[in-house]
Amino acid sequence: MTPIHQFRTGITALLALVGMGAVLEFTTSTAVAQQEGRRRRGGAAETAPIEMTPDQIARLTKVANDRKLNVDDLLAAAKTYTPSGRHDEFVLFSSGGQSGQVFAIGVPSMRLLRSIAVFTPESWQGYGFSGLDDPVQERLKINGKSVPWGDTHHPALSESRGEYDGQFLFIGDKANARLAVIDLRDWETKQVVKNPLTVSDHGAAFVTPDTTYVIEGGQYATVLGYGYAPPEEYKKSYRGMVTMWKFDRENGRIDIDNSFALELPPYWQDLADAGKFASDGWFFVNSFNVEMATGGVQKGDPPFEAGASKRDMDFLHIVDWKKAEAVFKSGKAKKINGFPVIMLDTSVAEGVLYFAPEPKSPHGVDVTPNGQYMVVAGKLDPHVTVYSIEKVKKAIADKKFSGKDDYGVPILDFDAVKEAQVELGLGPLHTQFDDKGYAYTSLFLDSAVARWTLGGEYEKMHAEQPWKLVTKTPVQYNIGHLCAAEGDTAKPAGKYLIAMNKWSVDRFLTTGPLLPQNFQLVDIGAPGTTMPVLYDMPIGVGEPHYCQMINVDKLKSWKVYPEVGWNSHTQSLDPRAPKKGQEGVVREGNKVTVNMVAIRSHFAPEHVMVNEGDEVVWRIVSTETTVDATHGFCIGGYNINLSLEPGKFIEVRFIADKAGTYPYYCTEFCSALHLEMMGYFHVKPKAGSAAEEKPTKQ
Amino acid sequence: MASFLEQLIGPRVPVDDLRTHRFRYATPTVIFMLARVLLLVSIFLPYWHMELEAPQYPDGLYLTAYVNRLTEDVKEIDGLNHYIGMRPLGEAAAFERASSIWMMIAMFLLVEGAVFVHSKWAVLLAAPAIGFPVVFLADLYYWMAKFGNNLDPHAPLSASVKPFTPTVIGEGGIGQFKTFAEMGLGYWFAVACAVLTIVGFYFHRRAYKPLYEAMAAKLKEAQPA
Repeated sequence: MTPIHQFRTGITALLALVGMGAVLEFTTSTAVAQQEGRRRRGGAAETAPIEMTPDQIARLTKVANDRKLNVDDLLAAAKTYTPSGRHDEFVLFSSGGQSGQVFAIGVPSMRLLRSIAVFTPESWQGYGFSGLDDPVQERLKINGKSVPWGDTHHPALSESRGEYDGQFLFIGDKANARLAVIDLRDWETKQVVKNPLTVSDHGAAFVTPDTTYVIEGGQYATVLGYGYAPPEEYKKSYRGMVTMWKFDRENGRIDIDNSFALELPPYWQDLADAGKFASDGWFFVNSFNVEMATGGVQKGDPPFEAGASKRDMDFLHIVDWKKAEAVFKSGKAKKINGFPVIMLDTSVAEGVLYFAPEPKSPHGVDVTPNGQYMVVAGKLDPHVTVYSIEKVKKAIADKKFSGKDDYGVPILDFDAVKEAQVELGLGPLHTQFDDKGYAYTSLFLDSAVARWTLGGEYEKMHAEQPWKLVTKTPVQYNIGHLCAAEGDTAKPAGKYLIAMNKWSVDRFLTTGPLLPQNFQLVDIGAPGTTMPVLYDMPIGVGEPHYCQMINVDKLKSWKVYPEVGWNSHTQSLDPRAPKKGQEGVVREGNKVTVNMVAIRSHFAPEHVMVNEGDEVVWRIVSTETTVDATHGFCIGGYNINLSLEPGKFIEVRFIADKAGTYPYYCTEFCSALHLEMMGYFHVKPKAGSAAEEKPTKQ
Repeated sequence: MASFLEQLIGPRVPVDDLRTHRFRYATPTVIFMLARVLLLVSIFLPYWHMELEAPQYPDGLYLTAYVNRLTEDVKEIDGLNHYIGMRPLGEAAAFERASSIWMMIAMFLLVEGAVFVHSKWAVLLAAPAIGFPVVFLADLYYWMAKFGNNLDPHAPLSASVKPFTPTVIGEGGIGQFKTFAEMGLGYWFAVACAVLTIVGFYFHRRAYKPLYEAMAAKLKEAQPA
């Protein structure tokens, strides 16, 4: 062959190879596409635009008249009705109040999707019923004592660059000053941290724009670290606080060792919000009772409600948290009850903490999406007061102080930091934002939601004058917090708003003297004065306090656990999980290990024999991989109840201290042979024990 | 001996002839080459699909067979099959699946070999590739029938489900499940390979038969009677 021939052959071979590669690539990719195409069935039905015939209009009119519905009602129904199989656009994560749980609700359908157990054991989720080393029972202990309930207050979705990222949800327990971390891959509580400084709190949880820290603001001042002082020493010994919990996103846990707190005067700190963009690096906390009233109606002193509301102004706390972090890292924090606290004098000396006067008894302090303004709603003042971060920074730089409080904290001059005051009505409480340059404030006493305009760069987004009330929509009744879709983030979604009404009075049929709360869905999609209520949802399982609404596309939830043998506490494969073929019972002395596999519709093994007094380690894994093929597992008489979602592994340990024969069974209706999915746990009585004697007596 | 080999692989094409009748000799070669590539590519493509439909599986359950593996919802289908006492699908056609890649490569090489054999024996080399689609289908049917008709009599639902042969192509049903089965792209590639090979032989015969006969006549002449 001549070189030119060799060259040609080489080229041909190369082309052939490339061609073959292309063919392979093409065919395999079409095969994959075909496969996926075949799988894309079901789901929502095709929707073509409808046009109603006179006959259909007549039918609809008849239904409306029979049920006494007007056209607004029909429109509200059409805006919320979600046909079977269709999904909601948003999920509302709501605190569950005294139920100690979190609720997930679809918006706009207002259907309860599920509850998430947090501070209260919950049997459906198997939360707190797994024997001696139960991680839930462990985490719900305070100072060695079980406190198996909570008053969940403020849920906070994790954020990246000031927007919800759908990864984690934090929730505070006001009653016991605890903070929980929920992983939104499997919607399960992973961690509960107890604040070592304070007994109760309020402002938890709020996150910094990248969830570097989770903020827990306190409330009722005590002697920090569970100390004691008589009420006469209130001013001297009682203190407020705010805690910065460091969040380790990688591990999905609060990093307690890198967390710290700031000592605050014994004003009752309330809600908080972290700054973003222009105000990044700062956070803001409200307070009330700067009067430091100590109550005492029994001695003829004014009660707290009067004493704590005497002055016209309370203090907005302005905290430079990046500076605080540097102070903490430089070792200037003092340990109280083993927890690092930046003391007040350090904060003042380092320029970490400033106050600004705020109209009395405020609740929400809410940062606008662009981070430029902080909106404070003073419950006992008809206005919302808007502060500008630029003005705050300038006032600090220019030392424009109107004085110092009793603890030496500089008080910024009110007029120097105030941007605007907007008169809205009675009892302004909490503010959120939309995508059209509007703010929404709940009015507790007016029982209304106020829409008002923002100024500054928001002015061009709406047709109205800046800093003006636009409209009010009555809600039923006594609204506490409100929540607009992603309305406390850098990019609010608009569209929907939830009014969290404390009283429902006559909205639902009588359910005895304990009434459900009323979540009202408000349509904020249209600008101007149109803002109708669309739907009333009764919440009959606790008194929710606050909620957040996230677009469902941001949630990346698992449908089943990623692998069979998954430990949901470590979020990893557990080497202890028995595999198929390893089912059985292993005895070492008086320790018995049960390796159990659950799959429709049986447990293996189906008989477990132990002796009275044996220590039993029961390992159970669901080898299911199909969506919704959940099994339960309970041992009657031994207070064991587990939820085994597909792939989940759980180990429980208990002492077989009561002889007898105990059926165990699957508590989820898993299959047609669900009732047959059971077995017997036999605890052989010790010689001479009561259980052994019984049969002979009969 | 030399003549036997010549008879077996047929005559070589004279260089002059090759120049003048390029198309005649290239056609069977190109067709065989293409056919064998289709066969090789089909290894990466699904040969058979089954879809199972039931109310509680709104997205359906899917089973896809390649020459060497079963994919998609095998685990769930096995889980359901245990109720009627059917053995796990992974136990079916174990030998076929384990040896399939080597057999496919062998068929690929044999078809390629047919390019160089200019006698009727070339058919023998290509025969496995031609017969493969039929053999595959027959084997599939065999295993379906074997599994469907050998149900464990102690299974939970053995009283209500009688032995049956699952439908290999088209619509079938078992319990609350409707099944739809069809051949996949890979199978059609194999069929195309078989058809192309047969077509190739038409051109193969047209090109080489005259040469072969001429050679045979020459050999006969050379041999003493």
